[in-house]
Amino acid sequence: MLALRNLLHDRVRFIVTLVGIVFSVVLSAVQLGLFLGFTRATADVIEQSKADLWVVSRGVTHLESGVPFSESLRHLALGVEGVADAQAHIVSFGTWTRPDGAREGVMVVGVERDGAMGQPWNLVAGTVDDLDRPDAVIIDELYKDKLGVTHLGQLVELRDRRARVVGFTRGIRTFTTAPAVFTSLANARKYTGLRTDQALYLLIKAKPGADLAPLCEALAHRLPDIEVRTTAGWSATQRNYWMFGTGAGISVLIAAALGLLVGVVVVAQTIYAATVDHIREYGTLKAMGATNGYIYRVIIRQSAISGVIGYGFAIGIAALVSHASQAGTTAILLPWTLAAALFVLTILMCISASVVSINKVTRLDPAMVFKG
Amino acid sequence: MAAVITVRQVTKSYGEGAAAVHALGRVSLDVAAGEILVMMGPSGSGKTTLLSIMGVILRPSSGTVLVAGHDVTALPERELPGVRLRHIGFVFQGFNLFPALTAAENVAIALDLRGERRPAALTRAKDALASVGLGDKADALPANLSGGQKQRVAIARALVGDPTVILADEPTAALDSHSGQLVMDLLTRLAREQQRAVVMVTHDNRTLGYADRIVHIEDGALREGGPVAIERPEPNPWAFPHGRPALAFK
Repeated sequence: MLALRNLLHDRVRFIVTLVGIVFSVVLSAVQLGLFLGFTRATADVIEQSKADLWVVSRGVTHLESGVPFSESLRHLALGVEGVADAQAHIVSFGTWTRPDGAREGVMVVGVERDGAMGQPWNLVAGTVDDLDRPDAVIIDELYKDKLGVTHLGQLVELRDRRARVVGFTRGIRTFTTAPAVFTSLANARKYTGLRTDQALYLLIKAKPGADLAPLCEALAHRLPDIEVRTTAGWSATQRNYWMFGTGAGISVLIAAALGLLVGVVVVAQTIYAATVDHIREYGTLKAMGATNGYIYRVIIRQSAISGVIGYGFAIGIAALVSHASQAGTTAILLPWTLAAALFVLTILMCISASVVSINKVTRLDPAMVFKG
Repeated sequence: MAAVITVRQVTKSYGEGAAAVHALGRVSLDVAAGEILVMMGPSGSGKTTLLSIMGVILRPSSGTVLVAGHDVTALPERELPGVRLRHIGFVFQGFNLFPALTAAENVAIALDLRGERRPAALTRAKDALASVGLGDKADALPANLSGGQKQRVAIARALVGDPTVILADEPTAALDSHSGQLVMDLLTRLAREQQRAVVMVTHDNRTLGYADRIVHIEDGALREGGPVAIERPEPNPWAFPHGRPALAFK
């Protein structure tokens, strides 16, 4: 009763508190959403590959730094017990020349056309089969402007060789500034300077029911100078490289933490100011026989109510920002798990902000009610 | 009549050593049920300290205090709020109402402290307000009440928990004479009709006519020495230019 009424009685302070919480939660939600978006973008090509295992050259630290090996390893891999399919795969940087002559870095993804792994997904124009056409490439519609592409069938240049845009995907983002360009394995070699017998990766599909760990060991034993990674493990390696190896993820997480810290400070300041304003009332309550626990509950309820209402506004704004970001090359993801975690964090933030006020009330002498 | 508050050889000092301030020195006092005791004295004489000790808000440096027969000086700190809750109602000079709560909610909060559920507490609070003549002000915020009405809300809050003793600190100081008279009438009826002890600190000579006993405190000691300094008051000197008002108090 007292907690809510006190909040609503001083509406200006309540609004300031809410603004602080909303600012804090939106900032944190956007930063964490960016982190999730970046994280997904770094490893989307791996996670959408439908492969069970990735064979990579020894010492490769991330997807974009693949070291070529002979495609003949594919045949050795196919001979290992438990392997259902093995496909050569290429992921490597290339240079795209726009119609106006400007050059853009792209990530060329070369896929075997007769396989089922590593293909482009979320196609909104064209089909995967169109990659069988000469010089065919598929790009994401998000990057059309960046690459100077206006229509299907447009001729462009990749590594000073002709390429033709035959399809568009939707929502395939990359963490680097280089958009993914899907093409056939043969074209990818041409666009990245690899020899015709070279590949950067092997995608492995295990037979149904096969245990992946021993299969990894068997492949590593059979193939020279390579490492075998599960798709999940390789994806985690890729994410860790870009998000933590480069410092990009840390900076985003620090920004999110700062957002929460700003929230704690704003809420603590406003709740403390409210407590000081109501200190005589708390003294009266103590004189009347209220325990410290009763008064703590009043203060914590004020913080929690502020937190719930502030969170409600904030998560709505964050959802709008997240929705708007889907049209851009940088996605801000707001899954329900993040929204739920932010709710818990917001309430904890608000309650922790009450500690200073609680300390003030704990030391309050109820005899103050008789002083003037 | 049995004492509901017994103060024996109570001293109170603030600070230590040479810097110590002795606010009370070996004060003894009894307050009986149904009695109105007025404490007077100059500022800094120790009367508010004594009131705080009687209200179990302040611990004495030495001596004993019994409230309803229980030695509260022997109780641990955590049990003192419970004593105040069960036995003591406070009326303050500045009313000390909660500005964000309605009159009824201000009264009901005393029951909320006792764990009473909100609907029942509000019903009882409204009854208490009606008993002090404010039945029609239950939904009013304190800002919309006069000083006298605020003090009556405070009295309703003090009595709704059925306390043994009501301690009033300058209850008429902030009121005009008419409102002050209403408040004193209320406190008198609480003592006479409900046998509650009323202890009041005041500088207001107009309240003396309501007192059963008047105690003077000076320099932390009861004047004239002995367990209780008693003066028999003159008849009520308060002016009633329009006659004594009718109260709805039951």
